[in-house]
Amino acid sequence: MIGFISYLVNGISLGSVYAIIALGYTMVYGIAKMLNFAHGDVIMIGAFVVFSTVSGAGLPPVIGVLISVVACTLLGMAIERIAYKPLRKASKLAVLITAIGVSYFLQNVALLIYGANTKSFTSVVTIEPLTLADGALVISGETIVTVAACIIIMIGLMTFMKYSKSGRAMLAVSEDSGAAQLMGVNVNSTIALTFAIGSALAAIAGVLLCSSYPSLTPYTGSMPGIKAFVAAVFGGIGSIPGAFIGGILLGVIEILGKAYVSSQLADAIVFAVLIIVLLVKPTGLLGKQIQEKV
Amino acid sequence: MKKALSLLLVGAMTLSLAACGNSSSDSAETDSAATEESTTTEASDSEGSGEAVFKIGGIGPITGGTAIYGTAVQNGIQIAVDEINAAGGINGYQINYDFQDDEGDSEKAINAYNTLKDWGMQVLVGTVTSAPCIAVAEETHNDNMFQITPSGTAVECVQYENTLRMCFSDPTQGTESAKYIGENGMATKVAVIYDSSDVYSTGIYEAFAAEAANQPFEIVSVEAFTADSKTDFSVQVQKSKEAGADLLFMPFYYTEASLVLAECDKQGYEPVFFGCDGMDGILGVENFDVALAEGLTFLAPFVAKSEDEMVQNFVTKYEEAYGETPNQFAADAYDSVYVVKAAIEAAGATPDMSASDLCDAMVGAMPSVTYDGVTGKSITWTDGEPNKAPLVVQVVNGEYTEL
Amino acid sequence: MNGMKTKTHNLSRTTKSNIITYGIVVAAYIIVEIFLRAGMVSSLLEGLLVPLCMYVILAVSLNLTVGISGELSLGHAGFMCVGAFSSAFFSRCMEEMIPAAGIRFTLAILIGTVFAALFGILIGVPVLRLKGDYLAIVTLAFGEIIKNVVNVIYLGRDSRGFHISTKDSISLGLEQGGDVIIKGPQGITGTPNDSTFLIGVVLILITLFIVINLINSRTGRAIMAIRDNRIAAESIGINVTKYKLLAFSVSAALAGTAGVLYAHNLSTLQAQPKNFGYNMSITILVFVVLGGIGNIRGSMIAAVVLTLLPELLRGLNDYRMLIYAVILIATMIFTSSPGGQEIQERIKLFFERKKTKEA
Repeated sequence: MIGFISYLVNGISLGSVYAIIALGYTMVYGIAKMLNFAHGDVIMIGAFVVFSTVSGAGLPPVIGVLISVVACTLLGMAIERIAYKPLRKASKLAVLITAIGVSYFLQNVALLIYGANTKSFTSVVTIEPLTLADGALVISGETIVTVAACIIIMIGLMTFMKYSKSGRAMLAVSEDSGAAQLMGVNVNSTIALTFAIGSALAAIAGVLLCSSYPSLTPYTGSMPGIKAFVAAVFGGIGSIPGAFIGGILLGVIEILGKAYVSSQLADAIVFAVLIIVLLVKPTGLLGKQIQEKV
Repeated sequence: MKKALSLLLVGAMTLSLAACGNSSSDSAETDSAATEESTTTEASDSEGSGEAVFKIGGIGPITGGTAIYGTAVQNGIQIAVDEINAAGGINGYQINYDFQDDEGDSEKAINAYNTLKDWGMQVLVGTVTSAPCIAVAEETHNDNMFQITPSGTAVECVQYENTLRMCFSDPTQGTESAKYIGENGMATKVAVIYDSSDVYSTGIYEAFAAEAANQPFEIVSVEAFTADSKTDFSVQVQKSKEAGADLLFMPFYYTEASLVLAECDKQGYEPVFFGCDGMDGILGVENFDVALAEGLTFLAPFVAKSEDEMVQNFVTKYEEAYGETPNQFAADAYDSVYVVKAAIEAAGATPDMSASDLCDAMVGAMPSVTYDGVTGKSITWTDGEPNKAPLVVQVVNGEYTEL
Repeated sequence: MNGMKTKTHNLSRTTKSNIITYGIVVAAYIIVEIFLRAGMVSSLLEGLLVPLCMYVILAVSLNLTVGISGELSLGHAGFMCVGAFSSAFFSRCMEEMIPAAGIRFTLAILIGTVFAALFGILIGVPVLRLKGDYLAIVTLAFGEIIKNVVNVIYLGRDSRGFHISTKDSISLGLEQGGDVIIKGPQGITGTPNDSTFLIGVVLILITLFIVINLINSRTGRAIMAIRDNRIAAESIGINVTKYKLLAFSVSAALAGTAGVLYAHNLSTLQAQPKNFGYNMSITILVFVVLGGIGNIRGSMIAAVVLTLLPELLRGLNDYRMLIYAVILIATMIFTSSPGGQEIQERIKLFFERKKTKEA
């Protein structure tokens, strides 16, 4: 029993990281209607910035994380401005390929700057682990912080979308960007803001990911990125609570699948569950069902 | 508009075809121009005076997920080549060296091999990872080119006469590890975590499991991970812990090992850690908390802290040039070049020989070669496998120590 | 009368365009063959010939799904994997029984293609109910599942027949002299190298023949009608599921053919993220998008150029993949953004003016 709870806790911890990444994915998808494949690599850049500033330059972790958030925000906006904005009216596929190009670009820039060697990431979390049930169950500080951060970010985002002016502009653009523009919403700056928020989230995700799993290479972001993409689709892409639920579920399924079915087939299990869910609910758990009109 | 684009693309294609097809000497010239920058001035001097040189090629991943290993090999070869050139070359001839990226992929490795062939490669040191190595060995076998792989551990890497390796094979490592654990009574219950998507890791695990049947310990838990899910090790570690294993066998590379060790620490699990030669380098992981690796034991061909004069010379030069301690990949690569040198000298070969003649001469001379290097002393080769005994290395007080 | 005239005119234009497409392939073959005979082709290019054929087939076949049928598939490499493994398994088993390489390889191609087609139908039936990005992610998921499952299969043969395990080769319990054919992550080694440039070119021509005829047939028009307006197509009685599935499985089958070429070009075959993961699917998608969605000739050319590009950039060493990424982004912006298109228009105008001047 304790074993099961322990797996569950680990699953929620991993799932929270996926969820934070998926939140960034889903926001960008909802507003700009594009799959930003480079999101995973922004995470990696965010982690490297913290690595350089905290482990390299010896700054306090809080400052390092702040610098990383600022750097990633700027990076996200720059990517949007240079690579995606000219393609606003182009086909979805053209944008997708460009995003892949950006992803290769970021990986190779990191490879040139930091080299291929693995870096060990010092956790920025200093909270003591929680020991329950006479030491049979240990919940690490990273887990606590990750889960808390994930919930705070989700609630914050939902409040922002609902009550702030820019948030409502985002909702309007995601609903119908043409009509939003006619109503006086500046679509371009709204999309830029979305990228800024998405990338800031990526920086936080990067720090938390590498704090829990302390290994950092130029390719660290790509697989969690894809998994988070799966999580976003799982929950219904474009939906903020959907991304949260999708992320958590994906993490739990991955861990429980590894623990109780087969550790060799963990990836296959995750993807199989995704396929089953989508076949039953074709737009994900919380996705909007759009009726086609003639 | 599409027409204009396709015209543009057709133009680019014809240009590229022309560039490829025109003449191979053309591209070889530009290639060697590029390598001149990376090799030492001696090499370019000798080429300037029109003297013949031995052309040694290297292949390995320097981009992509396995780039760490390829970069180490690339650097290791470079140190050896520079040393040999500075000391007057092989049989009085300088070495020219070019290294090509294969991204750890078989198909790209063949492209890299062909690029090197166009450049005029006579001897191949590579490739770094097993799968591409098997694919390239098929080509070198067809072309009859001498190939020594510093780190291709799969059995099939050296199935042909013209191929040999510098490292241990997977079965050797698995069997030796099981024997060592059994003979030294290190454990009664053993847990294994391995990478089920990796040839090296599965190869060692299989041999280990086979030998374990003859040893006085029991394998109580076997868990796998894959290249796509090597972030989270909580389940594998917890399973090993629950099975009550007092020794954790880790046949994989140090990148993942650093994560497993951190996870064990997180879960408060303290078994004896036992690894394979892929563990060498774990203390060099930037920013790694070496206390986590305390007591880690593994079989390796090489210890950077060894007092051996050759090792010290190599380690010092490597640290000076690249700012990090060399691992076994670099060491095996360094030795590989010297083995090539020894074989050429034993055969009395000259650079004007064709790659095929050179290969025949070197293969013919190999039985008489006994090599002393940084990864072992008086090494001889049978069927391409080096006869060298693994060293047992333990991490003590944050340093590799030979047991 | 007038209408008929334009119709025949249109028809001859498509035929002409198709002949040009076949012509390009044949001409490229002849030119390369002449250079080969003259010994003027570098080893690099010689080694790239079969992979180039393979990528062209992949690009053309994916264009059928993405361009003609309008479904974004990110699992194309999965079908390639099925074709590669089924055919390599066959060739390994039959190497002694059928020593004639020609017959064996023909059979291998058929087997790889048929298996990939079967998987195409099996996966297509559930997947094609989804739309857009959901379809994309499910195809990606299937591709990853295929890769993951292939990696844990151990299959051996001894005098008692075949043995299969998902654990390791020891648990196969083979007799002495038994042969492990599929060895988990190490896959299949020792597949005969039967792929040649000529076979590759013939397969390209067959692929083109199938795809072009399909597009220009009644079926093809139905498929495109569904792509352009599903509801309208449905309302005039087109069986949407049937036609979508047809396009999807033909595309999968052809990817399987490319997989056969891949498997018989290298002596090792592994299912790794690099060759059969989503990265490969994306690489093929890049060919299709860059060549022009729905443009068969464009896919071919883009496949060739983008495969050669990283090889030609080898001289740049460490900066190679970086430059490749920059070229990718720049090309997309140049071809698809309003600004880029304006420049293209200007270039076109410039040349046209020149032409009229000369005339």
